[in-house]
Amino acid sequence: MEETYAVEMLNITKRFPGIIANDNITLQLKRGEIHALLGENGAGKSTLMSVLFGLYRPEEGTIRMNGKEVSIKNPNDANALGIGMVHQHFKLVECFTVLDNIIMGVEPCKHGFLQKAEARKKVVALSEKYGLMVDPDAYVRDITVGMQQRTEILKMLYRDNEILIFDEPTAVLTPQEIGELMEIMRNLAAEGKSILFISHKLNEIMAVANRCSVLRKGKYIGTVNIADTSREELSHMMVGRDVQFEVTKKPVEPGKVILQVENMTVASKLHQNKAVKNVSFQVRAGEIVCIAGIDGNGQTELVYGLTGLEPLESGRILLEEQDITRTSIRRRSAMGISHIPEDRQKHGLVLDFSLEDNLVLQRYFEPQFTGKGGFLKRRNIREYANHLIEQYDVRSGQGPVTAARSMSGGNQQKAIVAREIDKDPELLVAVQPTRGLDVGAIEYIHRQIVAERDAGKAVLLVSLELDEVMSVPDRILVMCEGEIVGEFDPKKTNVQELGLYMAGAKRGAEQA
Amino acid sequence: MKKEKTSLLKNSAVQSILASLLCILLGLLLGYIVLLFINPTGAWDAISTVMKNFFTYPSRPAAMKYFGSTLVKTAPLLMCALSIQFAYKVGLFNIGAAGQYVAGAGACLYAALAWHMPWWVCLILAAVAGAALGALSGLLKSYCNVNEVISGIMLNWIALYSANLLLTGVKEPASPYTNVVANFNSSALLPSLGMGKLFTDNQYVTIAIPLSVLVAIAVWVVLGKTKFGYELRATGYNKDAARYCGMNEKRNIILTLVIGGALAGVGAAFMYLSGYEQWQCTQSSVPAMGFNGIAATFLGGLDPIGTIFASYFIQHITSGGAYVDKTMYCSQISDLISSLIIYLCGFVLFFKYFMNSRIVRREERKSLKEKEKLTADSAAKTEEGGRK
Repeated sequence: MEETYAVEMLNITKRFPGIIANDNITLQLKRGEIHALLGENGAGKSTLMSVLFGLYRPEEGTIRMNGKEVSIKNPNDANALGIGMVHQHFKLVECFTVLDNIIMGVEPCKHGFLQKAEARKKVVALSEKYGLMVDPDAYVRDITVGMQQRTEILKMLYRDNEILIFDEPTAVLTPQEIGELMEIMRNLAAEGKSILFISHKLNEIMAVANRCSVLRKGKYIGTVNIADTSREELSHMMVGRDVQFEVTKKPVEPGKVILQVENMTVASKLHQNKAVKNVSFQVRAGEIVCIAGIDGNGQTELVYGLTGLEPLESGRILLEEQDITRTSIRRRSAMGISHIPEDRQKHGLVLDFSLEDNLVLQRYFEPQFTGKGGFLKRRNIREYANHLIEQYDVRSGQGPVTAARSMSGGNQQKAIVAREIDKDPELLVAVQPTRGLDVGAIEYIHRQIVAERDAGKAVLLVSLELDEVMSVPDRILVMCEGEIVGEFDPKKTNVQELGLYMAGAKRGAEQA
Repeated sequence: MKKEKTSLLKNSAVQSILASLLCILLGLLLGYIVLLFINPTGAWDAISTVMKNFFTYPSRPAAMKYFGSTLVKTAPLLMCALSIQFAYKVGLFNIGAAGQYVAGAGACLYAALAWHMPWWVCLILAAVAGAALGALSGLLKSYCNVNEVISGIMLNWIALYSANLLLTGVKEPASPYTNVVANFNSSALLPSLGMGKLFTDNQYVTIAIPLSVLVAIAVWVVLGKTKFGYELRATGYNKDAARYCGMNEKRNIILTLVIGGALAGVGAAFMYLSGYEQWQCTQSSVPAMGFNGIAATFLGGLDPIGTIFASYFIQHITSGGAYVDKTMYCSQISDLISSLIIYLCGFVLFFKYFMNSRIVRREERKSLKEKEKLTADSAAKTEEGGRK
């Protein structure tokens, strides 16, 4: 007997100039299953979902729903067919209530007036049915990220969507919230909803999915039953080789204090509150200190204050006993701070520049690259770029002259890592250095960071990924609402304990 | 490293040129259609007159003379185009070039007629006036986050009426025009260095023409080859990254508009210190020179060297428009035709993008086919081998 699938994407091919983003990909989603879509960055997951959502038209291939061929020309068609999506970055209006956000776009109206009461009833009923526990009258700006995500889920349910796409939903959640989300997903599937779960986190896929389809470099690798597979097999399928999960490193030998932060307070751009409140810590030579926490708890501003992108409101920063509180960004960089920024496309790279121009972004003004009269020494830049490309294995279409924009996320990040590490810093500030990267690239970047530490540099790592927080650093500082609420030894703590501190449920107990 | 061989069509410069030519053709076609609607009998004559410009004169000396006149007006246009281009490369849209041009005109004419300054002082003052106006936009942009387009447009009007006010003091008593520079202070006229002779004694041909070309080359060098240009481009493409790596992005923005303003201001000096035109103190619209610069810079593929040719072309058809038979068409027709073509010039980037994606797609298909053929071949071979 032939099984009918809720959604079938058959032989989808989507080309972009210079690249085949989806090469003959087939994805079949059964009704009531949680189907994971696994692949590294640039593997074509987003393109495939955009095709399903009507944002792109594929050159070849067909989409079938319940056995019937459908044509999805735009997101409205997708909505009409019952396809909903929780985007990685929520699409919510902060100053609206949860209810307002949910009915947005499908407002129930009578004679041009909103009929909210009915909608409210439906939302409350749905919220109870699936155990979402969302207050429909709360303002979105006041609720937690986890609640915002549930609002997004409710949005899909309110529209009676049967196909739910979750795009990297756990990136912004605490371990506790991740657990709850998985429970919600299971409930949804049990009620007959079909879920597509896009992720590159193998643990989560193993925990919640029924089946998993793997993409690699735009090609379809295969679909496996989760019950019959292992983390290792999945990662092998995703990367195409075996991957080492453990970070191997020598025992820590901290040297002198490189970075000393005293009572740092940084204003917030988003709200009246201070983003960083009276934070003090130090980083020594030869150790990796990790600032852990949920996104948006002041880590970004802490780093901005440290690197000079934002001024401090009060407090002091000492780099090797020199006060750099009011020093310019350029000077701090020259004094030995390297910064792998959180957002590689916003801060880290000039995407319209070539790779070589990006590789000298922090040192183009040095005499070896700028000659007398302010002319760039193009030959030296090319040589230096080639040297970095080779040493750090940065892959690109045309070598040093490749446009940075056309490179994959992993190689963009490698270029930044190469540039920042080759500056030979005293202090390496690495903010989410592996965000959005595949396991192969993560492994590589972790090795580079550990190598810096072993070379006697001080490393400050800011991370949201718990795997990374547990495996890379020598010391963990947990940040919550702008304060450091706890210090831990990664060998003596566990994810659950960290999660409680990250969520603000516990605080204060110094462990170090 | 081995340099990869790429097809000529994939070369960005070649693409720009093709796209520009395509735009020109479409513009002419559209202009022709409009002419057909108005008066079909003279349409072909009119459009070919626009294209011919000075070639309509049968005698060579006359043609040369008016070729010179076209060049005289090309120089200021080129400067305005460079002003816009310089800012555009830094991510700013300097629509204020029109006002900076006006400020330059006001400054150089006033210095020439009221203060009897020599030409080089007038030229510098024009640059300073344009730069000052640019600086104002730049300061507003970097410290108050005022969009440079908004402040630019408003400053255009302020500059226009200020210039009118100022130059009313040096106008001819009986007309709204400023005094003729050649009669009042010939030392303020740009030197010709004998170039006028090449163009049948066209007295308006001055060093402005070669100077503007030199400035175009200088802009190309500064943007592409120097540390300063690297910083400006980095700021333009991504000001967050520029800030991240310690560049002073506020200073870069102000400096860019200062330089852009100076370029436009000098453009005005090239116009009015050649003596070709007098300023009309009652004019109530900003001279089109600055706005046409936008078209010239896009038609030139955002490349300083390409812009030299684009500026010439736009001036060529604008001048050519003046020769259209006024008995068949109303006098505005020349402006209409040239503005149609100029309008189409804005599509260069669009065509370039379109061409690029077509080429890439075609190549992909080709390589795909080759691959298929290759696998088929090898399959056939192994089969053959098996049989043997």
